[in-house]
Amino acid sequence: MIPFTLITAAPLDHAALVRELDATGIGAVAVFLGLVRDHNKGRKVLHLEYECYEALALRGLDLIVAEAREKWPPVRLAIHHRIGRMAIGEASVAIAAASPHRADAFAACRYAIERIKQIVPIWKHEYFEGGDVWIEGATADPDNAEAREEALRIACA
Amino acid sequence: MRVTVRLFARLRDIAGSGELTREAPAGANVAAVWSSLVTDFPELSAYEKSISCAVNADYSRFTAAVSDGDEIAFLPPVSGG
Repeated sequence: MIPFTLITAAPLDHAALVRELDATGIGAVAVFLGLVRDHNKGRKVLHLEYECYEALALRGLDLIVAEAREKWPPVRLAIHHRIGRMAIGEASVAIAAASPHRADAFAACRYAIERIKQIVPIWKHEYFEGGDVWIEGATADPDNAEAREEALRIACA
Repeated sequence: MRVTVRLFARLRDIAGSGELTREAPAGANVAAVWSSLVTDFPELSAYEKSISCAVNADYSRFTAAVSDGDEIAFLPPVSGG
């Protein structure tokens, strides 16, 4: 059995994630993969290196699963995030949401990726042609109600 | 008392280490630990308004009191996904 939330240095296997959700008879599974892009803000990206604060990152992923369960009770959500060095095209995050109906599966999947970007202590270090830079996004605060509302709004749009 | 400070990403680069042992006076809060770090590494001050913090691997606040042996983490803006 693989855990529903995981931080790993190994390549992600979204098929295994879907199998683990055991959606037999359920009706819908939505899968999201975040891939390493070959460009960012006009820079030609060579590769990325992700680092995390593992204990808190796992807690953050578990929190997102709990939030999704509260909002969409029938949804089963699994989130795996990879850390370490990744080449262009490799998956850095895999999310799968199983639900009786597609709307909730899509919404929970979208909610999860938005919340990851808001609150989970993971950082990407971008190596591009001509240099490298730490990418800095959101101030991680799970209690920021405005941010959570924004994630819900995007998920349900 | 003595606390362990964890730093990540750019903060780690600035301080030159991801894990530091720091002395803190009794009754200190997370903000006081941060201020003492900024004194030693002035470049960190650029993050004053954008960082968040964790105590013993749980999300916390700068007003939280710290205890001997605590692990205090300072988190620059996150960029997972």
